[in-house]
Amino acid sequence: MKRRQFLGLLGAAGITATLGTEAQAATGHTFDGYPNAKGVLFDSTRCIGCRKCEAACNKVNKLPAPAKPFDDLKVLGNERRTDAKAYTVVNKYAGKKGPAFRKIQCNHCMEPACASVCFVRAFTKNPDGSVTYDASLCVGCRYCMVACPFNIPAYEYSDPLTPRVMKCTMCHDQIKKGELTAPGCVGACPKEALVYGKRKDLIEIARERIKRNPERYQDHVYGEKEMGGTNWLYLSGEEFKDIGLREDLGNVSVPTMTSGPLSVVPMVAALWPALLGGVWAMNKRKEKVAADEQKAAVRAAKAEVKAEAAAKLAKELEKAEKDKAQAIEREVKRALEEAAAAQKEAAAANKDEEGA
Amino acid sequence: MSTENNKTLFTPANIITGIFLAIGLVITVLRFTKGLGYVTNLDDNNPWGIWISFDLLCGVALAAGGYTTSSACYLFGMKKYHSAVRPAILTAFLGYSLVVFALHYDVGRPYRLVYPLFVSPGTTSLLFEVGLCVFLYVTVLAIEFSPAMFEWLGMKNLRNKIHKLTLALTVFGVVLSTLHQSSLGALYIAVPSKIHPLWYSPYLAVLFFVSSIPAGLSMVIFEGTLAHKPWHHMMDKTHLDEHEGVILGFARGASIALAAYFCVKLVAVAYDNNWHYLATGWGAWWLLEVLGFVALPSLLYAIGSREKNIKLIKWTAALTVFGIILNRFNVSIVAFNWQLPASQRYFPSWMEIGISIFVVTVGVTVYRFIVSRMPIFFEHPEYKDAH
Repeated sequence: MKRRQFLGLLGAAGITATLGTEAQAATGHTFDGYPNAKGVLFDSTRCIGCRKCEAACNKVNKLPAPAKPFDDLKVLGNERRTDAKAYTVVNKYAGKKGPAFRKIQCNHCMEPACASVCFVRAFTKNPDGSVTYDASLCVGCRYCMVACPFNIPAYEYSDPLTPRVMKCTMCHDQIKKGELTAPGCVGACPKEALVYGKRKDLIEIARERIKRNPERYQDHVYGEKEMGGTNWLYLSGEEFKDIGLREDLGNVSVPTMTSGPLSVVPMVAALWPALLGGVWAMNKRKEKVAADEQKAAVRAAKAEVKAEAAAKLAKELEKAEKDKAQAIEREVKRALEEAAAAQKEAAAANKDEEGA
Repeated sequence: MSTENNKTLFTPANIITGIFLAIGLVITVLRFTKGLGYVTNLDDNNPWGIWISFDLLCGVALAAGGYTTSSACYLFGMKKYHSAVRPAILTAFLGYSLVVFALHYDVGRPYRLVYPLFVSPGTTSLLFEVGLCVFLYVTVLAIEFSPAMFEWLGMKNLRNKIHKLTLALTVFGVVLSTLHQSSLGALYIAVPSKIHPLWYSPYLAVLFFVSSIPAGLSMVIFEGTLAHKPWHHMMDKTHLDEHEGVILGFARGASIALAAYFCVKLVAVAYDNNWHYLATGWGAWWLLEVLGFVALPSLLYAIGSREKNIKLIKWTAALTVFGIILNRFNVSIVAFNWQLPASQRYFPSWMEIGISIFVVTVGVTVYRFIVSRMPIFFEHPEYKDAH
């Protein structure tokens, strides 16, 4: 490899390595939520399905009026989810102990999936526990909706150019401005099925209720650990899966799940150029060695042929020389013999003449 | 060499192209005046439809021929595949451009598509990772493709300068491809609760990356087959002579890559001990995908390359391409939200399908325009032996 090419590869490796994304390094660091973060405890055993929370939510968030008024309780029978016009809904379930109601809204995860998967950081986990959304950054990719394990964020599908993701904010703005002291739904609940307070305290309250009435409650605070923990917590008399809360989500937060694949990214960027450059260099060298060997082989073959030819030529020459010598000898011999014969003949003729 | 200009414009191919383009334009207007809700069947539970499954996931996987072919030729020293590089780079470049184009339909505010890169990068998101790599890779592909254009336009100096970057661009291209091919799978690592266990795996990133290799190789074979007839007159002797060698070599490569992919598929199920699902209907569907569209083409490719059966290889390429599309649809639509009742599941609207066809048609049209003019299937006489 030429020096310049090597430096080029090195540079490429450096640039690609620094382009890697920031990942959660595995340092043993854990995030247990903001210490004074607030939350809401929902007690399904107290909920009577009056939909007052839905109405209050609609009002404080200035959402459009629903198709059916909030005092129409027939809608409770159909399982509904949150949508672009309703940040919270109450559903009715046929429980083993009788009808059970469950309110659902954004659970304000301690390590929110929506915030970790958002590629423009449009979601913020605030110190007060709420997860809020900034429409001024949103591209509308809807990965937050895909990622949310609770199927909460909704979308303004009918807006052609400025659609927003819509979800509960735990009334973050209204409380910050002093318009409200607790989320709209909590203030409207006539049965105290909703309690707003520090998450720490809410867990204690929930435990206390279970302890005092063990036959009334499932021995589990839903949201304490689910998906890494949520700021909205649930108590229920029925099994949670029977009131539409999945029990198979596990306790691992989405940022923890994706930190593995994210951590591989800079490694690929750092190692691939060296690996691929190495493969390239090896092939280059192999080619060069092959070419050199071929050249050497050709040279050797040429030399051999040449030597053979020379030897053959020398042999031929020698043979020709010998032939020539033999031929001369032969000729001389013949000439001598002829001369001798002629002499004999002449002598004989002389004798005959003398005799006659 | 431009024979197309002499013919009438109203050939059957052009008429079909025109119809698809016209329908696409109408749906485009509807999308940007009435909103996603009007043209798609997307809803709050199903936020991603075929514009993600087909246009993004399949589009990127099938455009993998670019990095596989160029790395085979330039990095792994398989010089006899050189004539396959330009068509593969062109297809990859068009493929990625179309992915970006199609995303403008799917995201709610397409005018903000640069936000993740330049305004508010969300670096904890695998989608950021995909966006950054796709953005950089489209740029790399544009540069890799540009020599063909400069040769066509006679800009010798620029062409020669860029040609010197080939090695660096190829390496950078493979790095970026490894990252975003895998990250597309990793997008779904965040949702174990929504994807059927047979398709969900912590190895989704590996599965998507490994499967992109046979996808790319098969696409080169498949597309070479389709291009061979209409553009035979554009192909020079080198291209035609090397064609069979490329097919046989790529078939061998794809056979091995599919075998490796098959192993990763099995490991993914074994890792969480999900074998018991094989006895269900979902299991039958999984077996169809893995045996019919991974194991079978691996075997057929092996037979085809050993017996030099070009016809078998070409059919196997089509089978593999279909299998990759099936896999991406399975992960992102069929197995996604598998627990929801049928009434809440997603099926694309005809207008969503219309836009996907429109996008492919745009790609084919641009491809036809380019290969009939630029030195893609032949070497420009002035640059022969210049590589």
